[in-house]
Amino acid sequence: MWDYSETVKEHFFNPRNAGAVADANAIGEVGSLSCGDALRLTLKVDPATDTIQAAGFQTFGCGSAIASSSALTELIKGMTLDQALHVSNQDIADFLEGLPPEKMHCSVMGREALQAAVANYRGEVWQDDHEEGALVCKCFAVDAVLIEETIRANGLSSVEAVTHYTKAGGGCSACHEGIEEILTRVLAEQGKTFDPAAAPPPADKSGSAGARLGTLARIRRIEHAIEAIRPNLQRDHGDVELVDIDGKNVFVNMTGACAGCQMATTTLEGIQQRIVEDLGEFVRVLPAQAMPQTTNNQ
Amino acid sequence: MTQAPAGIYLDNNATTMVAPEVVEAMLPYFTEQFGNPSSMHQFGDRVGRALKTARQQVQALLGAALDSEIVFTSCGTESDATAILSALKAQPERREIITTVVEHPAVLSLCEHLEKEGYTVHYLRVDRKGRLDMQQYLDALSSKVAIVSVMWANNETGTLFPVEEMAELARSAGVMFHTDAVQVVGKIPIDLKRSAIDMLSLSGHKLHAPKGIGVLYLRRGTRFRPLLRGGHQERGRRAGTENSASIVALGKACELALAHMDAEKTQVRMLRDRLERGILAQVPNAFVTGDPSNRLPNTCNIAFEYIEGEAILLLLNKAGIAASSGSACTSGSLEPSHVMRAMDIPFTAAHGTTRFSLSRYNTVADIDRVIAAVPPIVAQLRRLSPYWDASAGAPLAEPETAFQPAYA
Ligand SMILES: Cc1ncc(COP(=O)(O)O)c(C=O)c1O
Repeated sequence: MWDYSETVKEHFFNPRNAGAVADANAIGEVGSLSCGDALRLTLKVDPATDTIQAAGFQTFGCGSAIASSSALTELIKGMTLDQALHVSNQDIADFLEGLPPEKMHCSVMGREALQAAVANYRGEVWQDDHEEGALVCKCFAVDAVLIEETIRANGLSSVEAVTHYTKAGGGCSACHEGIEEILTRVLAEQGKTFDPAAAPPPADKSGSAGARLGTLARIRRIEHAIEAIRPNLQRDHGDVELVDIDGKNVFVNMTGACAGCQMATTTLEGIQQRIVEDLGEFVRVLPAQAMPQTTNNQ
Repeated sequence: MTQAPAGIYLDNNATTMVAPEVVEAMLPYFTEQFGNPSSMHQFGDRVGRALKTARQQVQALLGAALDSEIVFTSCGTESDATAILSALKAQPERREIITTVVEHPAVLSLCEHLEKEGYTVHYLRVDRKGRLDMQQYLDALSSKVAIVSVMWANNETGTLFPVEEMAELARSAGVMFHTDAVQVVGKIPIDLKRSAIDMLSLSGHKLHAPKGIGVLYLRRGTRFRPLLRGGHQERGRRAGTENSASIVALGKACELALAHMDAEKTQVRMLRDRLERGILAQVPNAFVTGDPSNRLPNTCNIAFEYIEGEAILLLLNKAGIAASSGSACTSGSLEPSHVMRAMDIPFTAAHGTTRFSLSRYNTVADIDRVIAAVPPIVAQLRRLSPYWDASAGAPLAEPETAFQPAYA
């Protein structure tokens, strides 16, 4: 079973603002039916002040999709449209005290519905566009910039390899076409042509087991793993933050109840296990106090 | 002794409660009966005798001609892999496999992997009711085929395949036949000695034995290459010191299953039908998936249109009811089940498929509670659905055109 936070469960069992707003003047419809998610967001906006007076949602989706929709409507009620557009998927996830990584796309959907509704209100045509780069893989929230960088850094040439390195395309596979387009573009820059029938490149030549992530992807993955653990610690009035990554060593700061707690080592082990699982390679999680004073790059 | 936990468990195709009698039978093999059955002393001898009894109990349930045709393995997955890989190893000149699009991943993922190694796999299609295309089967059968591997019953829909007939056809074509009978053993009578089935897989935890024990039935005379080589256990067909406690448990579970076979046909089927009728009578826009006229007596898979399965399961769970779903979100794969897609179930329904799988431990009171709980849960989720007209209590006039989200 998914490890949903209490807030996710609460908003799923008792969703706020369910149903369509009567006489709505802003409507956003987004989703991916093959992935099992679709959201219709209806807003009533006061034309004088551009303030959202009422928000309602209709969602076809799983528990976290419904909870994310509920959270979104709660967050944006009373905001001006410009304020609302600043609500990020992370804000939605934070409001819900975290979402399992595989479910982050549910919060992304909420934000996109909002953008679509605002565009609809303003008489514009909404286009899926993201700050970090267009979101390509909705399932694991991987954007185009990250995919491009990973392809370049690791000399990738197949969709399979991209999935392996970034997780993108590992879910509903709706984005495989998009990944192929990026591959075609990046390979063309290097004077190569993308061949969908070609076998994935041979395993890492350096001899280390498994494929290595690009540095950026690796850091993101570690951050993500730590983010996913934080709600558990916060429940016990503790917290953890990432301080530094040095090769195989990941340094963290334990704060609050976790700092002096006898369980600190067990907690570190738990964090380590989680990161190792997510990363697919061995790392050691150490308290920041154990950091070498002068960082020397081996 | 053992007590069923609170709550109504209708997920017996996922796994079953270990029967109290089974737990009791296996416990001594963790304590005083710890010997290695291969050893030349009384400690080993006593365990060896217990294994022999268990082998005969499995033989009886399967209707096998000989107890030596029973090979204990670690699980259903191992039995499936052993059967398929053995057929390929034993007949290196045959480079083709026939299976179906709706197999369990234990077979499907292996076949996909073997394709990468250069084997040709024929995947038999199914129609909207999950029935096999027999013409496609006949066309694919040839002397190039090393093995046909077809499940006896589908784990999601319970739909039965005519494996006995298919095995006869394979035999006439001189091709080995394996069936993944994990969902069938203990639910419907089996008489292997009268069939042309060469190999069959079963898994203990689906019939009230513990997890981590399985059997590969291997008809005498079937050419075989072991997956695990080592000691002479299981007559060299599966090396590794026997999991004696679990083997004893599986034997006991088979004995109980044989004794209760009639209950599956009568009591369990009656409860399943009561559940299905009760739900369908109250919930509009819901239908049974698979082939209702030809399926396991314990399984009922209902597609609730315009809502999503994980949400249904969460609400059922809150009501103390355990079921499962073919929805994407429950598996972490984010794609609806390959079985539902193979049957061409529309996405709006495939995501809402819910499987109720019963056992002889369910009661009428359980079922009536579920019948009462399901309609309000479906209604609650439909009120949230963009495809549903809450005021009319019906789907939108043209649901798929009325609501067309961007990049659907
Ligand atoms: C049809 C089918 N085959 C194989 C298996 C795998 O069995 P096991 O879990 O014992 O490996 C299952 C169990 O889910 C199944 O339903």
